[in-house]
Amino acid sequence: MQVTVNGHAAYCYTGGKPFDPAKPTAVMVHGVLNDHSVWGFQSRHLAHHGWNVLAVDLPGHGRSAGDAPQSVEEAADFVVALLRALGVERAALVGHSWGSLIALEAAARLGPAATHLALVGTAYPMKVSPALIEAALNEPEKALRMVNVFSRSSLASPSGAGVWVFGAGMALGRRVLRSNPHVNVFHRGFVACDRYAGAEAAVAALACPVLFALGTQDQMTQPRAAQGLIAAARAAGQDVRVEMLPVGHHQMTEAPEETLAALRRFLGA
Amino acid sequence: MPGYSDPGFDTLALHAGAEPDPATGARAVPIHLTTSFVFESSDHAASLFNLERPGHVYSRISNPTNAVLEQRVAALEGGVGAIAVASGQAALHLAVSTLMGAGGHIVASTALYGGSQNLLHYTLRRFGIETTFVRPGDLDGWRAAIRPETRLCFGETVGNPGLDVLDIPAVADIAHDAGVPLLVDSTLTSPWLIRPLEHGADLVYHSATKFLSGHGTVIGGVLVDGGSFDWEASGRFPELCAPYAGFHGMVFSEESTVGAFLLRARREGLRDFGACMSPHTAWLILQGIETLPLRMERHVRNTGRVVEFLASHPFVSRVGHPMLASHPSHALAQRLLPRGAGSVFSFDLKGDRAQGRAFIESLQVFSHLANVGDCRSLVIHPASTTHFRMDDGALAQAGISQGTIRLSIGLEDADDLIDDLKRALRAAEKVGASAGGQAGGGKAGA
Repeated sequence: MQVTVNGHAAYCYTGGKPFDPAKPTAVMVHGVLNDHSVWGFQSRHLAHHGWNVLAVDLPGHGRSAGDAPQSVEEAADFVVALLRALGVERAALVGHSWGSLIALEAAARLGPAATHLALVGTAYPMKVSPALIEAALNEPEKALRMVNVFSRSSLASPSGAGVWVFGAGMALGRRVLRSNPHVNVFHRGFVACDRYAGAEAAVAALACPVLFALGTQDQMTQPRAAQGLIAAARAAGQDVRVEMLPVGHHQMTEAPEETLAALRRFLGA
Repeated sequence: MPGYSDPGFDTLALHAGAEPDPATGARAVPIHLTTSFVFESSDHAASLFNLERPGHVYSRISNPTNAVLEQRVAALEGGVGAIAVASGQAALHLAVSTLMGAGGHIVASTALYGGSQNLLHYTLRRFGIETTFVRPGDLDGWRAAIRPETRLCFGETVGNPGLDVLDIPAVADIAHDAGVPLLVDSTLTSPWLIRPLEHGADLVYHSATKFLSGHGTVIGGVLVDGGSFDWEASGRFPELCAPYAGFHGMVFSEESTVGAFLLRARREGLRDFGACMSPHTAWLILQGIETLPLRMERHVRNTGRVVEFLASHPFVSRVGHPMLASHPSHALAQRLLPRGAGSVFSFDLKGDRAQGRAFIESLQVFSHLANVGDCRSLVIHPASTTHFRMDDGALAQAGISQGTIRLSIGLEDADDLIDDLKRALRAAEKVGASAGGQAGGGKAGA
């Protein structure tokens, strides 16, 4: 589905069902150099189980036009504007990796309009090594391989018949990078992750339960790197749930069932 | 596997797609000989049918053993995924039928396996799909042959049996400039010798009957998608980019940015045409792939010895292997196939048809049969067998004469292979001498 947001066409995958304002809505936000398709099973399942799914392509990524966000805050503004453009008054927010920070920041801005916040494969601060940031800019193919190697936890993914997750991750990264001829969205996304400093304030401002769905073998956003944010959320009195998934950073594709189950439990789907 | 691992080819050949069976601890891949899989609930059943959850429903569409094979070949080729099918021909048909219907057009190399040539030249025409054939090295010809209705460019890594090497980067550029994908048959090379996707191809398939299986035991095919081709940007593929009424209006390119082709190929092609692979076959091919690196190294080494022997034999007029500087594809092979250009090649005797027959019938280690890529060495006369439906003009286009003999070099001791060939060449010469023929002086196929 195409929606005009801030004067630009934005694409949302709706999980094979038409957008229906009468249903509860879940916004799903991808990470760096990804697009809506990383939520394949989860988005399609929710859409066929009573939810209105908006799995977005962030601006300047994939099918969405506009300038690629330079910061988590800018991307969060887009999410809020998207909901306003569609007239959605309340929504659950689900994000993966960089998308988890964007979902967090957007949920804080939405206040009570955010019903749930699910952070999949998150960490804070989400520091990216200078070498990886530099490689993303100057040697993106090398950096893409590093990211997919670090993200992988299995050579035998259950992600659907015949799908080789490592190859799919490489191909998707190349495709998204190519989708924006003006800006290196790989580098821009990593810089945005690295610079984001607003998570503690955002988590304190939440008015909804928050799920941390973390991969036990995640090398990109290691579970221990999320503990500070989990503690901050608890200290702020938030309703915090933590689910450990038997997977690395490819939660949705290498542990699709476990990730879906965690989201269903959390969303009550 | 640890998250930091970045396994090499040999490791992937053993491990990609498989881990110890969680139910039994079995280390080898289990053979799931079952047609169907029990649903946990009605909702689970509906979710599986609707692609909301991973899993298997019916073995025509997918099967756990086949899924291991599919992931393994995709890993070795550098693809996003693969589909195992009943044969190499089924793989080619699945690729074509996923991308086009009546009115579609293919530009294909003239140097193709005879079965592929039959499918394109005769059978698909009956269904309204036309093919223009172009010599593999004629880059202007590839460019000129592409029409508005062209949906596919297609060639073999090394053309069977003349071993014309396809300039994959150049042909891919031509195809992509026109918004058309390039499909490559890599049967004769296997991913150990070349990974066509890395050179610009978009789709790759194998007759897994050959080197992937490697033991001459099963018929099978595997079709791999590189996930590189942008079907939407091309504008030529409503099959992948418009709602598909046969699956609740699914738009495959939206459903999966890099897996759209495989989605439709499985959900329509396997579902409706049904050319699926038996899990037992998949298991045997997996057994073969586990030793693919070792076997390919030996195939290539033995081939080097045999080619050298034949090239220096006075009763041989031509040896068609790109390792020789005299082969028209020598330079291209050096660039694209640095590990070798395979172990299937042809040569011409300096004798007549009777001498050719005597040669083949005198061989004892080489088996006379219609296959290649076996661990055993094989021999055949293409003009009367694999390519027998082609007229002389088409044969010449494919680099075949009436006197051409094709060898597939196996894993035996190279000395034994050379001794066998030496003896058979001597027998062929004697036939010529006793008939007052012109052994050593005649033209091949004369």
